Amino acid sequence: MGARFERQRHLLDFAVASLARRPAKNLGLTLVYALVVFLLGSVMLFGSAIRREAGVMLADAPEIVAQSMVMGRHDLATGADLEALKGLRGIRRVEPRLWGYLWDSAGAANYTVMVPSPSDAAHALASGEAIVGEGVARARKLAVGKPFFLVSPAGKFLRTRIKAILPQASALVSSDLVLVAEADFRSFFAIPADRYTDFAIEVANPREVSTIAEKASVRLPTYRFVTRADMHRTLEALFSWREGLALALLAASLLAFVILAFDKASGLSAEERREIGILKAIGWETSDVIRMKLWEGTAISGTAFLAGLLAAWVHVFFFSAGLFEPVLKGWSTLWPRFPLSPEVDALEIATLALLTVVPYTAAVVVPIWKTAVTDPDAVMR
Amino acid sequence: MIELTEVTKVYGEGRPDRVEAVRGVDLTIADRAVTVLEGPSGSGKTTLLTLIGCLARPTMGRIRLDGEIVSGLPEKFLTEVRRRTFGFVFQKFNLIRGMTALDNVMLPAFPLGVPHARLKAHARELLEHFGVGDRAGLGVENLSGGEAQRVAIARALINDPAVVIADEPTASLDGARVEQFLAMAADLKAQGKTVIITSHDPRITRASVVDARVAMADGRIVEATP
Amino acid sequence: MTSASLASRPRGSTLAALSTCGLVLALGALIAAALLARPATEARRESGRALARELGLTDPALFGEARYTRHPSQADLASAFQDAPTGLDHFPAGSLVAAPRGFGTGHIGGGEE
Ligand SMILES: Nc1ncnc2c1ncn2[C@@H]1O[C@H](COP(=O)(O)OP(=O)(O)OP(=O)(O)O)[C@@H](O)[C@H]1O
Ligand SMILES: [Mg+2]
Repeated sequence: MGARFERQRHLLDFAVASLARRPAKNLGLTLVYALVVFLLGSVMLFGSAIRREAGVMLADAPEIVAQSMVMGRHDLATGADLEALKGLRGIRRVEPRLWGYLWDSAGAANYTVMVPSPSDAAHALASGEAIVGEGVARARKLAVGKPFFLVSPAGKFLRTRIKAILPQASALVSSDLVLVAEADFRSFFAIPADRYTDFAIEVANPREVSTIAEKASVRLPTYRFVTRADMHRTLEALFSWREGLALALLAASLLAFVILAFDKASGLSAEERREIGILKAIGWETSDVIRMKLWEGTAISGTAFLAGLLAAWVHVFFFSAGLFEPVLKGWSTLWPRFPLSPEVDALEIATLALLTVVPYTAAVVVPIWKTAVTDPDAVMR
Repeated sequence: MIELTEVTKVYGEGRPDRVEAVRGVDLTIADRAVTVLEGPSGSGKTTLLTLIGCLARPTMGRIRLDGEIVSGLPEKFLTEVRRRTFGFVFQKFNLIRGMTALDNVMLPAFPLGVPHARLKAHARELLEHFGVGDRAGLGVENLSGGEAQRVAIARALINDPAVVIADEPTASLDGARVEQFLAMAADLKAQGKTVIITSHDPRITRASVVDARVAMADGRIVEATP
Repeated sequence: MTSASLASRPRGSTLAALSTCGLVLALGALIAAALLARPATEARRESGRALARELGLTDPALFGEARYTRHPSQADLASAFQDAPTGLDHFPAGSLVAAPRGFGTGHIGGGEE
């Protein structure tokens, strides 16, 4: 055991010394390597963190949302349909909802204007009051007590005073919200008294959601019923789609890296070839040489992997993945400033390690093996 | 004892530039003696040394090392034999640049699993022995020719080989250095080692420490004394 | 270089082990910090969850450009720039948000399966 350990340790000693002898090449390689790990790692860490974040926050979304459809498009739901749904067995409660979008040319942003449910005491609003999300407050420089004006597409004014600003902790789901009282909402958008945006349905037995949705769609054939499972599926699809897209783009950089690594690691210089010849002539076995080169590869890939992962972690969780923001943001003016908390998926990290370490190690070992098996007599000349 | 029978080495077999570097050599090299291979340039001295030192295999013929045939062994065993038996001092020293003299000396023992401290002490001892102890921490590219040679000799001895092989050891050395080298050869012989040297330098070939002389020409042995 | 400084020069393997340890420790520290912050994180997420429950929120507020990017799960199955289920549109986020699946079913479980 001791001799074996000492032997590997000596081989590592030599590997480190030999890396240090070509500092520019190896440093450059390590940096590029670390950069690839950083990019891939950032996407992975960001992806799993935001998925978890949104997953937890939206875990209690309405069990079923019923939308009225006319010619394949949203239409306002009616009070009569509300009554029809309420009578259905298995439905505990139907909550008519009022919400919609508003393009605010002053803030150059789309708001989600919403009326809090009457049962929601925490966000109860009197006419002339508003609660806004963190993004809206930021875009319009709002503070509690300040006035806040909205202009409807029809040119109607709504004057409100800010009652509260939704906490940043939940910005991921609430950044663009503008909560107003029902009366204000109806007069602002000119919505008649018994019309609603849609219905949120609460069922008595959560296991019967799909049965109830089925029954309800028989009762109200012009309605579309979106279950919570549908929402979560959309959510999942949204994030995997985006992450997959980013990874596909990054695959190109990974490929470029593999080519570079192959070139750098496999293109043995005459100097290195000579060194290997010397080592063999003074009594190193082929396997010793390969082991030493493996140590070299491990030193580079290990350092680069750890450093890249470290940088990715800091980037995603301390700088909110700042480098990705322009890509993700697109035209969203109200891009939420939300804190991200680490969510480590060991499998993902293992995948990342595999994806980056294996190609590199292969690039290092294959050519070495070729030179190391040749006769060492060349060093005599 | 090293015995060569009918040893031939052909480079580039089957090609127009085929060279018979060594042709049908029969030779016996005695233990605990200094043997010199001499001959004009291109006569095959270096090639013969690589065959003796198991750095390459002969195309034809047999090489016995203490009665055991080593010429047909696969590479893995050759390495083993090489490591156990031979220490090389190359013509161009072939020290590894960018490493210190001390590290270079320790290098052949790296795969053996010798405890680091002991190995280091031993390497230092060898450097001291050859009068370059104070150069231990210096990068080998900063050594003078004579110092580099002594470091190379120390490296050849770190695994305590029975046979020391030196190819043109004095090619770049002045008179005083040649004397020094001969003294070292005598020293090695006194330690009971077999020394094999190639040279076309009369200061070496005619030296009193030399026990046997083998003259080569055109890949053949033309004269062997005694 | 004197022999004293030579003796104190660390071995390559020691340096490698030290730098690996350093990186692993740094990473470990970050992970430990994340674990320590776990209760706070959970509390924060729970507060977001409570808010979403109270307001009946259905989608993350990431992309506000269009109905189907802001509320993908609530979006029409047919609307402008989305006439083909996988059609491209002029919003940058459209390259990041897939159009809703199950185009045209107009029915529950408009998704896959
Ligand atoms: N790898 C090789 N491939 C082809 N020919 C070779 C090779 N190595 C040596 N030779 C040829 O074999 C012959 C003997 O070479 P060798 O190096 O053994 O001579 P030498 O006696 O050591 O010469 P010198 O005194 O100049 O070192 C030369 O003609 C040389 O060109
Ligand atoms: Mg020669």
